[in-house]
Amino acid sequence: MGSFHLAKMSLRNAFKKPATKMYPVVAPTFTSRSKGHVANDIENCIFCGLCQRRCPTHAISVNKDETSWAIDRFSCIQCLSCVRICPKKCLSMAPQYTLPATEKSTETFYKPEQAAMSPVNTERPE
Amino acid sequence: MAERTIIPFGPQHPVLPEPLHLDLVLEDERVVEAIPQIGFIHRGLEKLVAKKDFQQFVLVAERICGICAFGHSLGYSETVEALMGIEVPRRAEYLRVIWHELSRIHSHLLWLGLLADAFGYENLFMQCWRLREYVLDIFEATTGGRVILTACKVGGVEQDIEDGELAGIVRVLDGMRAEYGELLRTFLKDRSVKSRLVGVGHLTKEQAHEFACVGPFGRASGIEEDIRLFGFGAYGDLSNFEPVVSQDGDGYARSEVRAREILQSIDIIKELVEKIPAGPIDQKIKDVPAEGAYAVSRLEQPRGECFYFAKGNGTKFLERFRIRTPTSQNIAGMVHTLQGCDLADVPLNVLTIDPCISCTER
Repeated sequence: MGSFHLAKMSLRNAFKKPATKMYPVVAPTFTSRSKGHVANDIENCIFCGLCQRRCPTHAISVNKDETSWAIDRFSCIQCLSCVRICPKKCLSMAPQYTLPATEKSTETFYKPEQAAMSPVNTERPE
Repeated sequence: MAERTIIPFGPQHPVLPEPLHLDLVLEDERVVEAIPQIGFIHRGLEKLVAKKDFQQFVLVAERICGICAFGHSLGYSETVEALMGIEVPRRAEYLRVIWHELSRIHSHLLWLGLLADAFGYENLFMQCWRLREYVLDIFEATTGGRVILTACKVGGVEQDIEDGELAGIVRVLDGMRAEYGELLRTFLKDRSVKSRLVGVGHLTKEQAHEFACVGPFGRASGIEEDIRLFGFGAYGDLSNFEPVVSQDGDGYARSEVRAREILQSIDIIKELVEKIPAGPIDQKIKDVPAEGAYAVSRLEQPRGECFYFAKGNGTKFLERFRIRTPTSQNIAGMVHTLQGCDLADVPLNVLTIDPCISCTER
C-alpha cells in the first residue's frame, strides 16, 4: 500500500522534453521499412501487369499499349503486394505519405518518351 | 421497493472504446439488470472470403481488429496452413510468436491506460501509452506499419528480422521493463488505484466456468487456461510457461493479470530471441485448399482464446471462414458482474473484460 507511487516518474517527466514531437515544426522520422506510398521508377517498368493482378484493392491499372501505370492512392492499403511481386523491382515503398486531397483521383505515370505527347493525367478514367 | 429506471448506455459513450450498447435497469443507483446489444459495426468481413483469394484474405483478416491485428492474421494463416497441410519453417514460427507477444504487450499497455483513464488517473494513462509507443516503434522498424503490420502470410512471414535488430528489440524491452516497473508498482500497490478496483465486479471461479470466460478475464477468476500452454508453433520451445492467474476475480485481479502478462511476454520474447534458428522464413504455396476439407485452430489473443474455422472448396477462394472471438465469450460474464453494481462502476466493469466489439462483429 502507499500513495504517490507515480510521483517520482511524474517529477522526472516534468523536467524532461515532451515524449511527443512538435509536428509539423519537427519533421517525423521514418525507418527504412516505413510504409508511406508506392513509388514507381517508371523508366524500368515493363508494364507486365503483375502488380495490377496482385493488388487486393484493384488500386493499380497498367496499360501496356499506352505504356502507362496508374495508381489510385485512396484505394491503396500499402500492403506491399505489388512491391514484392514486381519482376523488375521498379516499384518501391517510399516512407512519406501522399498529401491529402479534396477529391479522389488517380495518379498516372507515363514512360518518359511518351511523356511529351501525353501530359500527366490526374483525372479518374471514365 | 425503489422505482425502476432504464438508462441506455452507449454505443457512443466517453468511456467505451468500442460501440457496445447496454440497457441498464436501475433501482436508485444500483444496476438490477443489464441487457447488452451489439451490431453497430458489422462489416461482413467473413463473407469476403468469396471475393479475395485465400492468400489475399490474410490482409482482410488483419483488418478485423486494430489492436490484435497481427493475431488475426496469424490465426487465419495457421488455420489455412492446417487446412492445406503446409509446414511453416521454424524461423517463421519464432518471428510470428515474437510479433504476437509484442502485440500482446501493446494491447495490454493500451488497456491499462484505458483503465487508468476510466478511474480518473490521467497521468498513469499517459505514462502507459508513452511506453506503448516503444512497441509501436519496434513494429514500424521491423515491418513498416505501426498497427497493421502485413507481416504474416500463409506459409510463413513476409519479412525477416535480422539478428542485430532482434538484439535491438531486446534492448528496448529491457529499457522499457525498468520504466514499466514503476507503473506496475502503481497499479498493484497504490492506495488510490486499489480503492477504485478492489472488490469491483466480482466473479467467482465457478461463475467464470459457467459463463465460459476466457483470457485474462477468466484467469483473474482462477481459471488456469491459456492456449499458449498447448505449445503451438514456437510456444512449444519455451523452457517454462505458466499462465498468470489470480484468484480474487475482481477488477484489481484483472488488471494484475494483464499487468503481469506484460512482463511474461517480455520474458518470452527474450527467450525466443536467444533460441531463434537460422533458415528460410516462408514456404512456397502451389496448391489450393481441397474441396470439403476443413480445419480449426486456436490462438491466445491478448483478450483470450480465439477460435478459427476455415473450409475449402477446391478453388483459390475459401468456402467459409469463421471466427469466435474472446469478447463474445466474455460478454456473459460481464453482464453478470454488472448485476448489483453501482452505476458509477459500470464503465469500469465493462472495461475490465477488455471489450473488442469490432472483432466480435467483424
